[in-house]
Amino acid sequence: MSAMALELQGVCKSFGGVPAVREVTLSVREGERRLLLGPNGAGKTTLFNLVMGDLVSDSGTIRLFGQDVSRLRADRRVHLGLSRTYQVITLFPKDTLAHNIVLALLGLSRSRFDPFSLLAKRGDLWERARAALDRVGLAKLADRPLSQTSYGEQRRLELAMALAQEPRVLLLDEPLAGLSREERRDVQDLLASIPREVTVVMIEHDLDVALSFAEKITVLHYGQVIVEGTRAEIVADPRVQEVYLGA
Amino acid sequence: MKRNSVYSGLRPPSVAGKAGSSIVRAAIAVLLLVPAFLPFDYYVNIATQILIAAIFASSLNLLVGYGGLISLGHAGFLGTSAYVLAWLATRGELSHLWASLGALGVTTVVAGLFGVLSLRATGLGFVMITLALGQILWGVAYRWVSLTGGDNGLSGFSRPHPLGIDLSSPGSFYLFTLVVFVLAFLFVSVFVHSTFGAGLQGVRDQPRRMQALGWDVWGIRFVTFVVAGFWGAVAGVLYADYNQFVSPHVLALTNSAEVLLMVIAGGAGTVLGPIVGAAVVVLLKNVVSAYITRWVMLLGFVFVLIVLYMPEGLVPGVERLRRRTVRRGAEA
Repeated sequence: MSAMALELQGVCKSFGGVPAVREVTLSVREGERRLLLGPNGAGKTTLFNLVMGDLVSDSGTIRLFGQDVSRLRADRRVHLGLSRTYQVITLFPKDTLAHNIVLALLGLSRSRFDPFSLLAKRGDLWERARAALDRVGLAKLADRPLSQTSYGEQRRLELAMALAQEPRVLLLDEPLAGLSREERRDVQDLLASIPREVTVVMIEHDLDVALSFAEKITVLHYGQVIVEGTRAEIVADPRVQEVYLGA
Repeated sequence: MKRNSVYSGLRPPSVAGKAGSSIVRAAIAVLLLVPAFLPFDYYVNIATQILIAAIFASSLNLLVGYGGLISLGHAGFLGTSAYVLAWLATRGELSHLWASLGALGVTTVVAGLFGVLSLRATGLGFVMITLALGQILWGVAYRWVSLTGGDNGLSGFSRPHPLGIDLSSPGSFYLFTLVVFVLAFLFVSVFVHSTFGAGLQGVRDQPRRMQALGWDVWGIRFVTFVVAGFWGAVAGVLYADYNQFVSPHVLALTNSAEVLLMVIAGGAGTVLGPIVGAAVVVLLKNVVSAYITRWVMLLGFVFVLIVLYMPEGLVPGVERLRRRTVRRGAEA
C-alpha cells in the first residue's frame, strides 16, 4: 500500500453562512487517478480552491504527503509539488504563450527573486517553455500573444503550464470543458501521458473520458461526500442515481 | 524583425534591441552636451530639475506601471530623504557623504515600514493608506518644529564635493545628476526586464494565478515597494543638494500627485514614459510660468488633452501613431 498524497479531514467552508463544502474527508493515494463528480454547485471547485490554498478552509485539516498545509499560502503549497488548472481561464492575455509557460517555470525557480537576471537572456527557460508547448502541440504558436489564440489552445496551455511545473499532485478542473471532439481526443492522449507516479485529481463532466481515466470516484452533493468507490460501485449506487436522475 | 538566435522570436520584445541601444547612446551624448550648449544657467538648472524629476517618476513607475499599485504618498520618500540629509548635514554635523548615506538608509527603512502597512491592501485601499502615510510625514515636517524647522524648513548645508570635485556651479551639478540618472535608468531597465520584473508584471495582471504558480505575491510587491522607496530617496538626496534647502512643501500631497501625473502622462509601465512625463511637467512649470501666470490651468489643460487623445500616455501613444503611419505608408 502506497502512501497518501492528499488527505482531507473534516474540511468545511461557508460563504456568508451558506455552506459550500461540509465536513469533507477523503484520501488520495500517491499515483492515484481520482475523479470528483457532482452536479453544479456541489462544491467541487471550492474544494479545489481549498486544497490549492486559493481559499482558506474554515475548519478541518488538509495534508499533502503527510504535511499539514491547511494554513499554508498557495505558493508554498506549489513548492511542495501541487499544481492546478482552472475551470475559468486565468492566464496572461498580453503575453505570448511561451511567456505564460516561463512564468509557470519561474514560479518554482530560485531566480524568480533575481532582479538582475535578464529574462530575454534566459535561454534555458525559453527552451523548456518550447518543450512544454511542444508536448501539447502548441510549439508553433509559442510567439503568439495569448489573446490571439483560440479557447481550445488556451485550455491546452493551461495544462502545459501545470505539467511544466512537474507536479507530484495535479488538480485538473474540467480540462475538457468547451473543447471540440478532436481537441478532446488530444487532451485525452495528453492526460494518458502524465507519468504514473503523479497523483491526479480531476473534475470533469465528460463521463466517457473521465471514467476511463479515473480509478476511483468521489461524488459530492451539496458540499458533502455522498459516495466513494470504483466506477461500477458508483454507477450501481442508488444515491448517485437519485442525485443525477432525481429518481 | 529577424534575429539570428536559436530562440529567435521566442523572446519577448525588449527595449535593449540594437536600434534601442543606439538611440540611448545618442540620447546620453546629447544630455552630456547640455551644459555646453544651453546659454544660461537658468536652462541648465531646468535640465537638472528634469533629471531629478525623471529619477523620482521612474521610481514611482515601478509601483504604478509595473506593479499596478497606485501610490499617492511617493513624495514621502523624496521628502524624508531630503529632510534626513539636511538634518544630518546641519544639526548632525556629519560629512555630506555620511549624511547622504544616512538619508538613503533611513528612507529605505521607512519604505519597508510603509510597505508593510500599505500592502495590507491593494487597489483603492492601497491608494488611501499611502495617501495617509504621506500626510503624516507632511504633518510631522510642518508641526514638529524643533526637529524640522517647521515652516522655515532646514537650510545651511552646501553641495557635496565628491572626490574633491566642486559641484556648486550649475553645469557641474548637472553632470553629477546625469551620472546618477544614467545609473537609475540602467537599474530600472534591467529590473523590469529581469526574471523578477516578469514576476512583478505577472502579479500586476493576475495576482491570484501567480500565487498558484508558486510566486510570493506579497513578497514581490514588498520588494518593489522598498526598491521604489530607495530610488525615491536617491531623487531626494539630489533634490536637497540642488536646492540646498528643504521645506514641508516637498512632502505635500501636490508633490505626490504631480509625480503620479508624470508617470501617467508619459506612459506608466514603460521605461521612457516617466522620463518624458517629468520633462513635460518640469518644462511647463518653469518655462510656461514665465509667460502665463495661470500655468497650473495650462498644465491641467495639457493633461486633459493627453487623457483624451493618448490615455495610455505620451510614449505608448506616439508609438501607436508611428505604427499607424508606417502601416498606412505600406498600404499606399
